[in-house]
Amino acid sequence: MSAITDLGVKAIRDGFRNGDFSAREVADAFNAAVAAARGLNAFVVETPELALAAAERADEARASGNLKPLSGVPLGIKDLFATKGVQTTASSRILEGFTPTYDSTVSGNLLAAGAGMLGKLNMDEFAMGSSNETSGFGPVISPWRRSDGGNAPLTPGGSSGGSAAAVAARIAPGVTGTDTGGSIRQPAAFVGITGIKPTYGRCSRYGMVAFASSLDQAGPMARDVRDCAIMLEAMAGFDPKDSTSLDLPVPQWEANLSADIRGKRIGIPREYRIEGVPEEIDRVWEQGIAWMRDAGAEIVEVSLPHTRYALPTYYIIAPAEASSNLARYDGVRYGRRKMPGQGGLTEMYEATRAAGFGAEVKRRIMIGTYVLSAGFYDAYFNQAQKVRALIARDFERVWEECDLLLTPTAPSAAFALGEKSNDPIAMYLNDVFAVPASLAGLPAMSVPAGLDKQGLPLGLQIIGRALDEQGVLDAGLAFEQRAGFTARAEAWW
Amino acid sequence: MVSSYRVQGATGEWEVVIGLEVHAQVTSRAKLFSGASTEFGAEPNAQVSLVDAAMPGMLPVPNRECIVQAVRTGMALQAQINTWSRFDRKNYFYADLPQGYQISQLYHPIVGEGLIEILLDDKDESSAKQVGIERIHLEQDAGKMLHDQHPSFSYVDLNRSGVALMEIVSKPDMRSPEEAGAYVRKLRSILRYVGSCDGNMEQGSMRADVNVSVRRPGEPLGTRTETKNVNSVRFIMAAIEYEASRQVDVLESGGKVVQETRLFDPDRVETRSLRSKEEAHDYRYFPDPDLLPIQLSDAFLDECRGSLPELPDAKRHRYETELGLSAYNASVLTAEVETARWFERLLTATGKAGPEIGRAASNWVISDLFGALNRLGKTITTSPVSPEQGAELLALVADGTLSGTLAKQVFEIMLETGEGPGTIVEERGLKQTSDTDAIEAVIAGVLEANAEKVAQYRSGKDKLFGFFVGQTMKAMQGKANPAVVNDLLKKALS
Repeated sequence: MSAITDLGVKAIRDGFRNGDFSAREVADAFNAAVAAARGLNAFVVETPELALAAAERADEARASGNLKPLSGVPLGIKDLFATKGVQTTASSRILEGFTPTYDSTVSGNLLAAGAGMLGKLNMDEFAMGSSNETSGFGPVISPWRRSDGGNAPLTPGGSSGGSAAAVAARIAPGVTGTDTGGSIRQPAAFVGITGIKPTYGRCSRYGMVAFASSLDQAGPMARDVRDCAIMLEAMAGFDPKDSTSLDLPVPQWEANLSADIRGKRIGIPREYRIEGVPEEIDRVWEQGIAWMRDAGAEIVEVSLPHTRYALPTYYIIAPAEASSNLARYDGVRYGRRKMPGQGGLTEMYEATRAAGFGAEVKRRIMIGTYVLSAGFYDAYFNQAQKVRALIARDFERVWEECDLLLTPTAPSAAFALGEKSNDPIAMYLNDVFAVPASLAGLPAMSVPAGLDKQGLPLGLQIIGRALDEQGVLDAGLAFEQRAGFTARAEAWW
Repeated sequence: MVSSYRVQGATGEWEVVIGLEVHAQVTSRAKLFSGASTEFGAEPNAQVSLVDAAMPGMLPVPNRECIVQAVRTGMALQAQINTWSRFDRKNYFYADLPQGYQISQLYHPIVGEGLIEILLDDKDESSAKQVGIERIHLEQDAGKMLHDQHPSFSYVDLNRSGVALMEIVSKPDMRSPEEAGAYVRKLRSILRYVGSCDGNMEQGSMRADVNVSVRRPGEPLGTRTETKNVNSVRFIMAAIEYEASRQVDVLESGGKVVQETRLFDPDRVETRSLRSKEEAHDYRYFPDPDLLPIQLSDAFLDECRGSLPELPDAKRHRYETELGLSAYNASVLTAEVETARWFERLLTATGKAGPEIGRAASNWVISDLFGALNRLGKTITTSPVSPEQGAELLALVADGTLSGTLAKQVFEIMLETGEGPGTIVEERGLKQTSDTDAIEAVIAGVLEANAEKVAQYRSGKDKLFGFFVGQTMKAMQGKANPAVVNDLLKKALS
């Protein structure tokens, strides 16, 4: 029998149900793998005791015939989700030592479905970053290395970098991620796993540390499409504690999963062919198109004319909301407080926030404060809101011509740590293909498509109509079956 | 009606222009966006939810009851109800503001333009003046800083954090401290009728930001100042008076009024500068992305409209036309919702309607009952006499059982003992008598004892008639029917 840690969510769930192994064995195996992989810095907090406790409950449930949908499955939780009794920092020093008395709805849903928690996953600070280098607790190192023999540590992408690395390194079968402008999809692509951002409002944001409220959306990251479907089903659902949560039943995505996409029209947006993108990206894209055609889909060239405004629009709206959302970290009620020897409240704010926030977070607070300030609001924030509406309209129109879109997930493969960290614009460009679907609130998934010349994974993105996660998952499954992506990072850690 | 209020400056007359922003705490068991309680007087930080403390990942969820109250208030002020409105964030840092922003409504308030009619003279309908309402929006209250708990730290009490406020913004339509006072009293009265705010200024349920400017009559508006958080009608009027004359002094001495925020010091009865326009915050308002726009359905609006009570103006007019009350009586009885309710319970208990009972009942309430309550330091809600007992008393007067004098005596006993007037009359024998034989006998005695005065009367000294009435009533311990006494005395003396 192969190692338990080589199994994904479905294989563990079913194997446990069938009596192939106990939940305790699963938890032990992953706890050990987590402990052995500290070199990746994927977890900021490990909770082996919680994984074991859930496993014990799962074993009892199996004995008494009370299995829950995720009984026996241990998961990693991104540190953006508040977890009762477990430190939650959004990987920011300003929240160091903060232990919530509450669970986020999404992580709470997973635990209520019988899952166990292996620990809290490292991420870019407050989810602001595309390389995990902005984490207050050090960057996550990708389990992948270039095939050129150089051992340059690579980024797992971001902001859900710890999540991506954990799945790719087989130290968690599935994890939660969050995606504001590509934070699930880009890291999934970088490490050769699957991750879906559902329609905005599918997953409750209650208890999820806010970055940009109108964009933030939780989603699963796992080894394959089916695992994502299983997890998303447990995570999603209407939540009266989040006014923006959608009051709709959760579809049975797993049961309805089908690779039969014959007759589906798959759009290839011409604006996603941009200058300066490595030829290999185009190559896997063409390959992906061929696979979709092979699956019986009809390929149509389409246009999303406002695509090139998406990134600047995103980098106005997201920082604007962030500048306000992060005002609460002021040292008054929780988290870090820094008191200078002299001065009063203002000096405490300044010292606390100067010490607690990292450079990227400060940059975005500054940008956001600027675009909302008197005299600039109309030129920036208001204008960005209008462009956002145009971008959403682009998609509305394109759905008249096609059912799904197939695009690259990111404009490059994983890069080395330090390679872009001094160039914010180059870093922001990572999200160029991910951001439009975020601004429009659409479901979008990254699936592994192949390797580049250096042996690093590349992913493609499938975007669907609002609420059509099923269509996205189905196309992903058809894609996955043809891509046959089995490459994995050799364990060096 | 044009106000004649003017500030007399050294160089002539100045007109005062006043606008008020009244913050009224919405009557609701829970806060605007959280389920925490809103009761006044709890231990510090005992009524704070995770949302109110702005814990990471917490989200606001609108409390329907607060929306209902704002809409009902708008309807009571004959205002435009905006069926599409939205919440915005007003961003600023302060320790009593856990989120670092206040959720408010800048761009799309829930209520638009409306109006309030004020009476500058209760006795005179022609003194009515209309004050425009600019808008009403919903917003969160902040917490409270406690500076006296520790030598070097300030403490924060978040009980009020997140409590729903309505900000009711008037147009700059008021021209004197009296008009502003009448406006606030009238607004308070309407809010209490509607039940959307308890109007309790001492507990901070209502407070006003006072905008004042001065100008030469007929000239364009001058630069205004805003005096924040004034919490009584008296202080509002005092702040306007002080601020107007201060601005006149500044202008007449060649200076300019600075647009600024000021505070009112009730001890020294003056306003002081808090911060100027240059130091003003940039609040960076933007739509709150955690909240969807509020869309009001026709059914919702019907529900709000259907739950509105009769309002003070309508009630006043009805009292005048249906009950034949004077403008003054109608005004006094309708100013406070509790008074009107008490009065209407009294009318119901009498079983009568129209002017037949209206005048007598209103006069009794205003002179006898109010006089007594005033004397006892009580209010209508703590009155020792119930409306039903009042009705019984009025009935005993109407059917001749009690004279006016006897009624006052009985009322005093009612106030002291809480007993009903019927019981008191029975047990203490305070019934008025119309028994002519008994009265004639007493009159005979009075005339006999005062033979000299009788002679004087008969020789033309008419004024002595009152003396004989008094003597007779005295001898009968006030229980004689005065009309009968008059008749019989006239006969006996003729």
